[in-house]
Amino acid sequence: MSALASTTVSLFRSARQSAHARRLVACLLGLIVLAVMTGPSGSNTAPVSGFTGSLFHPRVLVFIAIGLGLWGLITAQHRWGEALKRTNDNLMTLPRRMMPDRRVRLVLYAALLAVAILVPLHVNAFWQDVLVDQIGIYVLLAIGLNVVVGYAGLLDLGYIAFYAIGAYSTAFWTGALPVHPPMVLNAFWAIPFAIGTAMLSGVLIGAPTLRLRGDYLAIVTLGFGEIIQIVATNLQGVTGGSQGVIGIPHPDVNLLGIHYSWLIDPLPYYYLLLVFVVAALIAYSFLEHSRVGRAWTAIREDEVAAQSAGINVLKYKIMAFAIGASTSGFAGMLEASKISFIEPGDFTVQLSILILVLVIFGGMGSLLGAVVGAAFLQWFPWYLKEHPMFGFQDQDLYIYLGAILVLTMIFRPEGLIPSRRRKREFGLAEHGLGTADAMSGTTDPVP
Amino acid sequence: MTTAPEAAPTTVAGDIIVAIKDLSLSFGGVRALVDVTLKQARGELLSVIGPNGAGKTCLFNCLTGVYHPQQGSITFYGPHDKATQIVGRKPHLVNRLGIARTFQTSRLFNALTAFENVKIGVESRMHTGPVGAMLRLPRTRREERESDARSDELLEFVGLRARGNELASALPYGDRRRLEIARALGTNPQLLLLDEPAAGTNPAEKSDLGTLIRRVKNELGVTVLLIEHDMGLVMSLAERIIVLNFGRVIAFGTPAEVQHDPAVIEAYLGAPTDDDTYVPVEPDANGDD
Repeated sequence: MSALASTTVSLFRSARQSAHARRLVACLLGLIVLAVMTGPSGSNTAPVSGFTGSLFHPRVLVFIAIGLGLWGLITAQHRWGEALKRTNDNLMTLPRRMMPDRRVRLVLYAALLAVAILVPLHVNAFWQDVLVDQIGIYVLLAIGLNVVVGYAGLLDLGYIAFYAIGAYSTAFWTGALPVHPPMVLNAFWAIPFAIGTAMLSGVLIGAPTLRLRGDYLAIVTLGFGEIIQIVATNLQGVTGGSQGVIGIPHPDVNLLGIHYSWLIDPLPYYYLLLVFVVAALIAYSFLEHSRVGRAWTAIREDEVAAQSAGINVLKYKIMAFAIGASTSGFAGMLEASKISFIEPGDFTVQLSILILVLVIFGGMGSLLGAVVGAAFLQWFPWYLKEHPMFGFQDQDLYIYLGAILVLTMIFRPEGLIPSRRRKREFGLAEHGLGTADAMSGTTDPVP
Repeated sequence: MTTAPEAAPTTVAGDIIVAIKDLSLSFGGVRALVDVTLKQARGELLSVIGPNGAGKTCLFNCLTGVYHPQQGSITFYGPHDKATQIVGRKPHLVNRLGIARTFQTSRLFNALTAFENVKIGVESRMHTGPVGAMLRLPRTRREERESDARSDELLEFVGLRARGNELASALPYGDRRRLEIARALGTNPQLLLLDEPAAGTNPAEKSDLGTLIRRVKNELGVTVLLIEHDMGLVMSLAERIIVLNFGRVIAFGTPAEVQHDPAVIEAYLGAPTDDDTYVPVEPDANGDD
């Protein structure tokens, strides 16, 4: 007995001295806890049977093996972390380095576009719906939020509010709300109104709140998102309240001899969305490499220096906010007229967070990242639904997303496909130069 | 010790670019600036010196709209003698008037290249808006070309043309200083405020910097207001010197006059000295304010 005690004591001592041993103990303890948690539960008659049943059972060996494996991974990460990181970076930047040539890049984009055009033709109706409602719309939302968060470095946690504003203004102009518009338009002609209203509300919300720095802005936008949802629920006479709005018409064009109606088939919506996504991608990539985009980068990096270089910081922040809001507004319009039904429950804070997750996962400030990140993260749960693995259940979705996000933040904080500028910022921050967390924008006010 | 420039005017001639009158700034109980009054002539290279914490950078921050002094006025005379009040104006609007600055510890956009840093300064005078940028309208493209050319010119001027594509963060210290000057010049200033440009540079870089500042004044015709601790540089460049201590102007005049001013000697050394050669005190580079 005393031998056991002294072994334990010396084990603890060596564990406290060696980082390796410390990690080993942590891994094993963690996995044993997990074994107990996932094992059989105890009962009134045998209170400790939960412990004994899970610890003195062959299955504990599996957990110990996983614990050892985890320890091995962590040790490898410590020993070869730098090399791993370099390999990882090399792999991730491979596409960029392989196509420095503009023509090669254009060919790649054309190929991606061709895939985007052809894929929906070869999937069933269920997946066509998913492509529009779950993937396309969120890709567009991510592209829009990318301008706000990625380019201008403003943490907007109420982004979905503008989506709601787009949706409700579409409902208003098509005459589906209890209050009636001066003239009833069809959903297609409501597009400019939806975009305009969302943009205007972006400016109105932005002008007073964008004076705030970092964290405060996040709180205010979070509140704004809630307010919009609560107003939509409670202002029954105007918005239809919690029952929502039904009968929003589908878009339809009748112009210059072209006549086309969008009905319930998802494909036409998909292509309309695709046109706008491609247009937004081209426009925003021009924007990124223009005077405006450079001004945003300057503001993100050092507000004081940007001001003294003659940049009107507030104006550019509002600009980013308004552009993001209008993108979101268009997405809201499209979704409202496709589903022809909206309710306040469609615009929860979780959705704002989800879109932020898509942008961060893809790589803040990177358009390709926003598209790929959003498409992957939105496709993945539906894929799991069709091909359940690990006992996936719908309500577990956020656990998986959370895990993916945590892993991304640890191993690839700059995102899946980082923008070149953002990547440099992260690199500089690692060397103690500046703050990579430009998102919080907490530049000290005094030079 | 370098000799003072020839025939430096003790009094300011008619053409004034900036006039500060009775400027007072305090933070709580700390009086950072007390009744500071000074005038700078157009084209004059004026230097502000003083021990650490004397209020030099505070003065710059008031001049660029970053701080809002409680009392006094700062009047800037633009071209055609149009007088504008600086106090209460936002920093970017002050910059737009024609006052540009550099910072004590350089504040470059580190994730951008040297070229892009300068271009941001140059572009602040252009007009491309979001719509023009998104559609790449002809005007946008023209402005891009113009600002590219101007940025190249400025990089050439400060001697960084060859390093334009390097990241600002990758440049050596002296080059970072020059790049900051180029960025400030990009905004087309009439008055350039340099906050300790030589801090942390080696002797060779220091003398290059002196040459550059002289060229800014002579070739570009920009008026320079210089804060500097390096007395050798100040004495060789400045036409007139203002000495601040504890937020007050304690002396001003030509370098020769200031060097022998008992109040200045006392502020720097704590006791009068009859030694004819001025012993420059070299306080640590980034301890001001």
